[in-house]
Amino acid sequence: MEDKVNKTDQTDGKRASTLVNNVLLPALAVFTGLLAGAVIIAITNVATLTAWSHFFQSPLNALSATWSAVATAYGALFLGAIGNPKEIVAAFQNYFATGQTGQLYKAIYPFTESLVTSTPYIFAGLSVALGFRCGLFNIGAEGQFYVGALGSCFIGYSITTLPWFIHLPLALLGGALAGAIWGAIPGYLKAKFGAHEVVNTIMMNYIAILLTDWLLEGPMKASGYRPVTPTIQTTAQLPRFFPAPLRFNWGFFLGLAVAALVYWFLFKTTLGFEIRAVGSNPNAAKYAGMSILKNFVLVMGLCGALAGLAGASEVLGADLWIGQGFSAGYGFDSIALALLGNSHPVGVVLAALLFGILRFGATSMQSLAGIPIDIISVIQSLIIIFVAAPEIIRWLYRLRNIRVERTVLTRGWGQ
Amino acid sequence: MTTQSLTKEQATSYTRQIFIGASLLMTALLMFILFLQNTKPGQTATFGTNLSGPDQPVKIPDIVLPVQPTLYVLIGITILLAAWVLIRGTRAMGWLISIAVFCFVVSFLVWATQDNSFSLVGMLGTTLISATPIALAALCGVMSERAAVVNIAIEGIMLTCAQTAVVAATLTQNLYIGLIVAILTGAVIAAIHAVLVIRFKVDQIVSGTAINIFATGATAFIAKFYLQKDINLLNNSGTFPTIIIPGLSKIPILGPVFFDNDLIFYITVMLVVVVHFLLFYTPWGLRTRAVGEHPKAADTLGINVYLMRYVNVILGGMIAGVGGAYFTIGSVGRFDQDMTNGKGFIGLAAMIFGNWNPIGAYLASLLFGFADSLQLKMQILSIPIPSEFLAMAPYIVTIIVLTGVIGRAIPPAADGKPYEKQ
Repeated sequence: MEDKVNKTDQTDGKRASTLVNNVLLPALAVFTGLLAGAVIIAITNVATLTAWSHFFQSPLNALSATWSAVATAYGALFLGAIGNPKEIVAAFQNYFATGQTGQLYKAIYPFTESLVTSTPYIFAGLSVALGFRCGLFNIGAEGQFYVGALGSCFIGYSITTLPWFIHLPLALLGGALAGAIWGAIPGYLKAKFGAHEVVNTIMMNYIAILLTDWLLEGPMKASGYRPVTPTIQTTAQLPRFFPAPLRFNWGFFLGLAVAALVYWFLFKTTLGFEIRAVGSNPNAAKYAGMSILKNFVLVMGLCGALAGLAGASEVLGADLWIGQGFSAGYGFDSIALALLGNSHPVGVVLAALLFGILRFGATSMQSLAGIPIDIISVIQSLIIIFVAAPEIIRWLYRLRNIRVERTVLTRGWGQ
Repeated sequence: MTTQSLTKEQATSYTRQIFIGASLLMTALLMFILFLQNTKPGQTATFGTNLSGPDQPVKIPDIVLPVQPTLYVLIGITILLAAWVLIRGTRAMGWLISIAVFCFVVSFLVWATQDNSFSLVGMLGTTLISATPIALAALCGVMSERAAVVNIAIEGIMLTCAQTAVVAATLTQNLYIGLIVAILTGAVIAAIHAVLVIRFKVDQIVSGTAINIFATGATAFIAKFYLQKDINLLNNSGTFPTIIIPGLSKIPILGPVFFDNDLIFYITVMLVVVVHFLLFYTPWGLRTRAVGEHPKAADTLGINVYLMRYVNVILGGMIAGVGGAYFTIGSVGRFDQDMTNGKGFIGLAAMIFGNWNPIGAYLASLLFGFADSLQLKMQILSIPIPSEFLAMAPYIVTIIVLTGVIGRAIPPAADGKPYEKQ
């Protein structure tokens, strides 16, 4: 894209525009996405539609029906994802007064479970974001997630005699390695043959899903009828903080640590600088003596490793075994997430928290308000569009005198 | 060019020569270990050349091949090809690799059908059918990318159109209305993509991905919320009847394959010819290609770059709409979640392999269709390969094709770049 803004701004103006780019625009994009979701909820609600058909007789009735439909749905989402604030406060008071944990665990269940849902999002979002930084579009996080999960699950259940401090890192490493291989293949094909990584990573997704189906039916199948793997050994589990059914575990903090690591790698190391240089201008980077091939393979491998860790954290921390339809679209959500987080580790972590809340809350929205969970995908796609086309947001909210900085994300075929 | 860069080029071509020669030898070895080792002398493989229908006036005898001699011949050919590459260099590479792939596929087929019979005509028929949505996706890609707009939203467009087609057809009890609605839906979604990338200059791949995610979510939402509640009212349309072209359908082998097909197949073939003619033999096509290769020059000559891009992307979307309709009212008569299964992306690979040329893209989609129908047929033959691995075939073929080992394609020069009017 040739429309890069000249960087001749004053520092103050630059700081203000960074704030707008990194905070205001994403926030407005999310808000607008949720608003569009509310419109969908309203127009698919029978009571709302009948109320609107009598709009001219009783306009207030139509508005209140709309409000109640949207409030029911989003209320269910909020309560499902965060929990009831009053109950949480009461539970904490009760805990400090009596020391009983039962009520407390029940009250914090929704929020901790949202954090459990965000854990793989952090890894997968970092994976896509890292790719964007190098000008690579990793749509393959889904497939890398699968093979990562398979790798760590296999190590998790097949090895039985290791102590946890060897077994757990080994299982995590296995997941990362499997994902890295899965990611490095399209990276190599891109660097060596100019085969576009978008189509190739998508093909790798389908192959990974078929591979999973086969493994669950055959080599990795547990005894019994269902196509699931055996449960992993306790020594390979990411330790949990609370007793079941709460699944909140060390994976979340591992995710935060990896995010910090990715930040350090991207912005404080020579290699990270090289990757960003290749991303923003491959020709200049090549001229400066950087190897495009090495960087593409390396970055796609790292992307794969991160997405593989996402799968590993899900298996070792939350699910403990793999069944069919295991991923539930983590890989695709992570694209929206990386864009929303402006491909920055901090932004990715925040966006991952938001998406974890949305995803987990949507399950109770589905059961309580009857809104199919797929509405989250619709909202996410709108968020992607609003983040990618800030002009729409500026136009909607009349933000005139704000300059929007754009970064190059991807390039055409074979470039 | 300096001598240094020349020698470097020679060196790369030399390593390439050895690499390809060695891979051909490996292929021959694989054919020996996988296929020949697992056969017994005296076995035959029968390939049917007639459909079981009674109305074929001329019967052609089935092809019966002795398994082991055939495999020896095919392995011999592959070894000769390897020797050719190692001695004579990498000229006419595309042909060599194509022949090697052909030998491999035939030996696979012979091995898989040992002591069994396999309908060649049926196989060709399913190849054409599987290739149809891929070809339409590829044509959509050709249309928009010739005007320099990368469209990876084809998958999402087809998925959405598949749904609107079946709903409209079921509601009106008229399949043609379903087809028209699908075409219109394709136009609308393509127009959204066009506005996002041309007007708002959104990254073209990001926009396409957003539309794909939207399509997956929206169709699943509608399927769960409406279609599942009353299947007969909304999601049960029936399919287009097969159209038998009188006379031509009686030709042996070719007749039942080409002239006894459903409506969308004929539309596809016509569209391939029409788009090819439009792109290469009309002023409009010349303008489109100019906009795709050098928009600035086209603009200087008074061509409205933006308009050309809008029109092409939207026309492409309409073609993808036909492709979407194929999935429901063209084949099964109902909508299932995520039923396009990556066909849109495979279509993009066909477009690249076909060198952004409609006829090339159609031939490439036949290749993918062949891979697809091969895995379907193999599942019937009950050979000792898990069905999941066979199902990977079209995706693996896509990856191999994109490496450009078989033939390197050159995209339109301005492909994927937004145009800024000065």
